[in-house]
Amino acid sequence: MTSSALTVAVRFGTQRVFKRLSLRTVRQGGAILCCLLLWQWGTAVNLDLGFLNLAYIPGPMEVLEAGKALLASPKLGAHVSNSLTRIFFGFAAASVLGVALGLLIGRLRWAEEVLLPPLELVRPIPAVAWIPLAILMFPSSEVSMVFITFIGALFPILLNTIHGVAGIDQRLVASARSLGCRGWTLFVEVILPGAAPSIVTGLAIGMGTCWFCLVSAEMISGQFGIGYYTWESYTIQEYSGIVVGMLVIGLFGMLSSVLVRWLGERCMPWLRVQRGGK
Amino acid sequence: MSEVHSGSVRIDGVQVLLGEGARRFEALNQVSLSVQAGEFVCLLGPSGCGKSTLLGLLAGHLKPSQGRVTVDNEAINGPAPDRGLVFQQHTLFPWKTVLDNVTFGLKMKGLAKAERNRLALDLLAQVGLRGFEQAYPSQLSGGMQQRVEIARVLINQPRLLLMDEPFGALDAQTRLSMQSLLLEVWSRIRTTVVFVTHDIDEALFLADRVVVMSARPGRIVEQLTVPFARPRRLDITTDPAFVALKRQCLQVLHPAEGIELPESEQLIAAG
Repeated sequence: MTSSALTVAVRFGTQRVFKRLSLRTVRQGGAILCCLLLWQWGTAVNLDLGFLNLAYIPGPMEVLEAGKALLASPKLGAHVSNSLTRIFFGFAAASVLGVALGLLIGRLRWAEEVLLPPLELVRPIPAVAWIPLAILMFPSSEVSMVFITFIGALFPILLNTIHGVAGIDQRLVASARSLGCRGWTLFVEVILPGAAPSIVTGLAIGMGTCWFCLVSAEMISGQFGIGYYTWESYTIQEYSGIVVGMLVIGLFGMLSSVLVRWLGERCMPWLRVQRGGK
Repeated sequence: MSEVHSGSVRIDGVQVLLGEGARRFEALNQVSLSVQAGEFVCLLGPSGCGKSTLLGLLAGHLKPSQGRVTVDNEAINGPAPDRGLVFQQHTLFPWKTVLDNVTFGLKMKGLAKAERNRLALDLLAQVGLRGFEQAYPSQLSGGMQQRVEIARVLINQPRLLLMDEPFGALDAQTRLSMQSLLLEVWSRIRTTVVFVTHDIDEALFLADRVVVMSARPGRIVEQLTVPFARPRRLDITTDPAFVALKRQCLQVLHPAEGIELPESEQLIAAG
């Protein structure tokens, strides 16, 4: 192909990409708009289908107003910072323990035999089911909420770490040992980076479950926090606050997962190179 | 790089059993072989003849069920950097740059960073990779990756260089240039090389001696001395003496050709 023909082909290709992109954007935006309109309509006519009743549900405009009110309120900072602090401690503890245990279990047979059975017994129990026990175990309700988020994040991180270690090419380990790599150095130099992509996936999933569990925990034993705000809005019949709370939870949940993935990619420059081409 | 005069190998009556339970089979049967220090030996044979198993023994990833394997009269006890192993492909650490891959062995020895970088840059220049120090393996072609692989092993100044079909995944052209490169580098370091291949031309071009193996069970069936002077150039491959040796290899290999065991040679399977 001559260079001019190539240029034409590239330009044509780019145009097509733009066209497709704009069509995509229109469809995606349109879908979201339709949902909002459906919501507006349902709440405006007080839709009542018998099994589904939207009479008490706030419409989009009411939610917007309540959102503005919350933004102006001094309580917002307290709610957000309380939730974020709990997420931070729960997630940090789950990350450290989940990755450390996962590396050991994935690599050492004795660790698998000793550590995995008790963990497997506990794993099917949903984190939310721990709430009553957590309240009894920890005198401080703060600690019990952190514990619930910790339990929620631990298993996705642990399982993905084990999976990542299992997926490491054994020839890499053989090569490392041939080059004089032994013991703990092998973990640092080979096992950890080899399992890193899977660990980051686990961390991102764990961050999601963290929020899920935190909100449940706050609804029951919190005094501040976004989950608590959501539940409080229900009990004091400020119904539009419920939806505001839900949206804030969704926003922070998404942002924190994006942050985890971004940090993960910063730690794995070799994957960026592969994706970016030569 | 200093001259290495040690690296003699003795293999005495070795038997290796691989696999578990009912699938257990004899990968090597009564194999005896000695390799002099500084000799370049090629193990040639069809897949399943146990040539990679033999390499795995020397690397220390496998243990013999019977018999003895010694290097410089010392028994082999696990893998070690003075017995460097090069696989066919994809065993560079994908998360390390070329420079960090090559310096890895020295880092394990505890050398200071400046010193190990200096040695690595020197070696990278020797294998024609100056300027690629900061690249990741995935950014390099197959041939370049194998050069890094060779540099990574040679930086430890091994007594024994073990190569398991190192050029098997490369295209024919790259393969030829890598063979020449290997001979050129080897002419400077003169370490003992045990090189596994199923390519007759490759074996005859590289080796001082070709050890022909056959499968089921893996055993040595023939040993041929390759008399060509060094440095060798690619045009010896059309020399009548070369062709005669090649014919001899074909005759030895021919009866074994139809027999192919399943992937029995994966030397890390049991390691």
